[in-house]
Amino acid sequence: MLIRVNVNGEWREADAWEGSSLLSMLRDDLGLPGSKNACEQGECGSCSVWLDGDLVCSCLVLAAQAHECEVRTVESLSGGGELHPVQEAFIEAGAVQCGFCTPGLIVAVTDLLSHNPSPSEASVREALSGNLCRCTGYQKILDAVQLSAKGMIG
Amino acid sequence: MSQRVAEGVRQGIGESVRRVDGIPKVRGSFAYGSDLWHERMLWGHTLRSPHAHARIRSIEVSKAIAAPGVLAVLTAEDVPGRKIYGLEFADQPVMAIDRVRYHGEPVAIVAAETPELARRAADRIAVEYEPLPAVTDMEQALDPDAPKLHDWGNILRHVSIVHGDPDAPADVWVEGYYETGMQDQAALGPEGGLAIPADDGGVDLYVTTQWLHVDRQQIAPCLGLPEEKVRITLAGLGGAFGSREDVHLQIHACILALRTGRPVKFMYGRPESFLGHVHRHPSRVWSRVGATREGRLVNVQVRLMIDGGAYASSSPAVIANATTFAAGPYEVPNARIDGTAVYTNNPPCGAMRGFGGPQVAFAYEAQMDKLARALGMDPVELRLKNALKPGSVLPTGQVIRGSAPVRQVIERCAALPLPPEEPRDERGHRDPLSLPGGVAGNVGRGEALKRGVGFAVGYKNVAYSEGFDDSTEARVTLSQGADGPIAEIHTAAVECGGGVHTILTQIARTELGVERVVLHPPDTGVGSAGSSSASRLTLMAGGAVQLACRAILEELGRRSGVAMPEGMAEARQIAVEGGQLIAADEPVAALEDLLSEPIVMTRTYHHRPTESFGPGGQGDIHVMFAFAAERAVVEVDEDLGLVRVVQIAAAQDVGRAINPQGVTGQIEGGTAQGLGLALMEELQLKDGRIMNPSFTDYLLPTILDMPPMVSEIVEDPEPGVPLGVKGAGEPSTIVSTAAIVAALRDATGRELNRAPVKPDDLVGLRAPAVSSGPAPIPDVPGPKPIPEYHGVGAGQQELMKSD
Repeated sequence: MLIRVNVNGEWREADAWEGSSLLSMLRDDLGLPGSKNACEQGECGSCSVWLDGDLVCSCLVLAAQAHECEVRTVESLSGGGELHPVQEAFIEAGAVQCGFCTPGLIVAVTDLLSHNPSPSEASVREALSGNLCRCTGYQKILDAVQLSAKGMIG
Repeated sequence: MSQRVAEGVRQGIGESVRRVDGIPKVRGSFAYGSDLWHERMLWGHTLRSPHAHARIRSIEVSKAIAAPGVLAVLTAEDVPGRKIYGLEFADQPVMAIDRVRYHGEPVAIVAAETPELARRAADRIAVEYEPLPAVTDMEQALDPDAPKLHDWGNILRHVSIVHGDPDAPADVWVEGYYETGMQDQAALGPEGGLAIPADDGGVDLYVTTQWLHVDRQQIAPCLGLPEEKVRITLAGLGGAFGSREDVHLQIHACILALRTGRPVKFMYGRPESFLGHVHRHPSRVWSRVGATREGRLVNVQVRLMIDGGAYASSSPAVIANATTFAAGPYEVPNARIDGTAVYTNNPPCGAMRGFGGPQVAFAYEAQMDKLARALGMDPVELRLKNALKPGSVLPTGQVIRGSAPVRQVIERCAALPLPPEEPRDERGHRDPLSLPGGVAGNVGRGEALKRGVGFAVGYKNVAYSEGFDDSTEARVTLSQGADGPIAEIHTAAVECGGGVHTILTQIARTELGVERVVLHPPDTGVGSAGSSSASRLTLMAGGAVQLACRAILEELGRRSGVAMPEGMAEARQIAVEGGQLIAADEPVAALEDLLSEPIVMTRTYHHRPTESFGPGGQGDIHVMFAFAAERAVVEVDEDLGLVRVVQIAAAQDVGRAINPQGVTGQIEGGTAQGLGLALMEELQLKDGRIMNPSFTDYLLPTILDMPPMVSEIVEDPEPGVPLGVKGAGEPSTIVSTAAIVAALRDATGRELNRAPVKPDDLVGLRAPAVSSGPAPIPDVPGPKPIPEYHGVGAGQQELMKSD
């Protein structure tokens, strides 16, 4: 089926299978592999994107549900070449190891900071509890959030 | 001189240099195995056994072949070469031959135009199974009447260590029985690979793996191809933790690509990933520890078993590790330790971070706490009193030649500040977010909270043991680029996420005094790097890069006309600084004048030789050791069985920290995996079938489960190795499970002898694990893995010989 979707500011069309998830459409039909598939059950947050401004697991959204909607992916954050402050902070804090959870976490952290520019540690943990990371033990991700918050305010 | 060189180059050894792959990873442009793509590529799919043990009466593929978009449907008959493979022993069919031995064993493979068409075609393969009685318990495998998994029986390996006088008496004895469950590595990036048929009849494979060359050694014979026609390049790995050591989809993808003449991609989904790789061995440990009244260990008696599942994988090496470490990082003058790995119809188990270490640390550290109680001693004091040190003799008779800062890791960990008590409001209530279970999970107000503190020490061998020569080759090129000199590094060292690639660039910068360093993708165009495992690559690949860099310095010296006495580079008498070649503290020539032709140097680093087990399990088995201590503070809600880990303090011995931020990242991440084994992670098996192959049902620690950590890096350089490095990946995983469960025991007073600890254990709804007594010692011909006595083809050993 033909799906029309605004991805990262550009209207695109994809001829996706009816059963396709938004994640599959982004990765396989629209050439945007930055959103990752680690569980396909909405448990890990690796596929986090914005759908009409709301943070969603794109593996749990049908491609068809995104028809005529606006989708933003991790690829939108460094469009002009410059890294987004959250991306910069993840590198600086050592919050990246294998990196598979990283795009989803960067989207989730950016979303959190857009609502709450200086979150407490407890609220960061609550907000990121849907994003699994198997490498870091999360300590440096917390550090990255604090660094990002400073960077975005400063 | 060496100091001046190190200071002269930015981003060298000892700095928390940013990751070389950081920018693509944060942008989402880093290419993982699951992101691979090729024009006209087909999608592969694997049909797997639904049974733990069954005879295959027939396989009918005609309906599948006739399905739309299907190019090939293949079974064991279609494997062009050797039909079995294996990491240490070739005992595993590429696809099942007449019989399936575990739930998830590959039976047939399909290539089709889309993943969905491939899946649907696989559904149309008709396999007629005759279920057979299954061996699903590791002790049942020892029963002479149990079904036999293989022609040579159910014993995979038995290692027996006798040290001193194993009948030596002691003043005080403590006894214990301990179990750990089956843990999954759960690397977030699933298995992925792309095989592309080549014009020369060979194949180019891009794949998620931890060791390119050992893959090739297993793949090529199954394809009936010489090794040089199988070229492998690393695909981006979304973690590994041991789960990418064994071949998974490699042979399947190559066979389909060669058969169809088109590129074939495989990508496992999460449920298939749980079925498609090995897991951490479940364990049972029976232990008796004897000491003097003053708290000196006198005698340790341990019987331990691990469940290897249906095929060998790396079980022979895991049981060797578990057995040699079963007495803990302590001086023990007398010991008898017996370790057995068995085959069962459970899923195959193999490498996972810690490699036999976490299972025995869970037991030996619980025993140390029991002993401390029996003696009325402080548990940290008891550990200090018995701690290994340089010169100590291990139960294998091996003398620790190198660094062993066990006292230091214990003392520095114990000295880290404890977390404060949580604040309470005027009614005495805590912030609900701070309660075990949090707002969503805890329906109380903290009335039944108990706090506990646990301590654990452990250790791990670095690099491969028992006589393996797991060397690493590095090719380093120094040339003059448009903007100055450039060093290029080419190795087959796999970056799983641990940071070895960044470390290699740091070493090259410091050694060559050149800031611009480029890494080539790891592939089989250079010699073997050995595995990205056993905490070994910083030492091994770092050592190889250092050797190649020093050969380059010597060549620069020759080109400059300086007299080059042997070992000048090693003695740091020659170096590059500020674009000048410096020899014996004098500038000799400008670097660019010496680089009219690039310099290419290929060098191989070998660690010191070790020995295989001799009589009584004696021998110089391991290369070197890295130690860690952790202290866990927990809160338990005794009404609800909920746990909050409040803080973990760690001190870890790494020899020397090349990248301190990377080291603390390893300590923290390794600790989180141990926390998973302590509190939640377990593959649930029922009659050999995995019941929870998903992230909904297999629980991983989230950011709410993981507490703040305080970490100390202990640097006590290992003598006689490049840069004094050990490795950082595994020790924290080995100790954190033991420390957390010790804290739970401290909080609740319960025995808690099985990990993971479940809420039912904490409220008394589930009794401690019981055993009717130690498992019998099997009658085996010797300490080697049993398949070896039956002439079953070796895996890694062949590679070592060909080197």
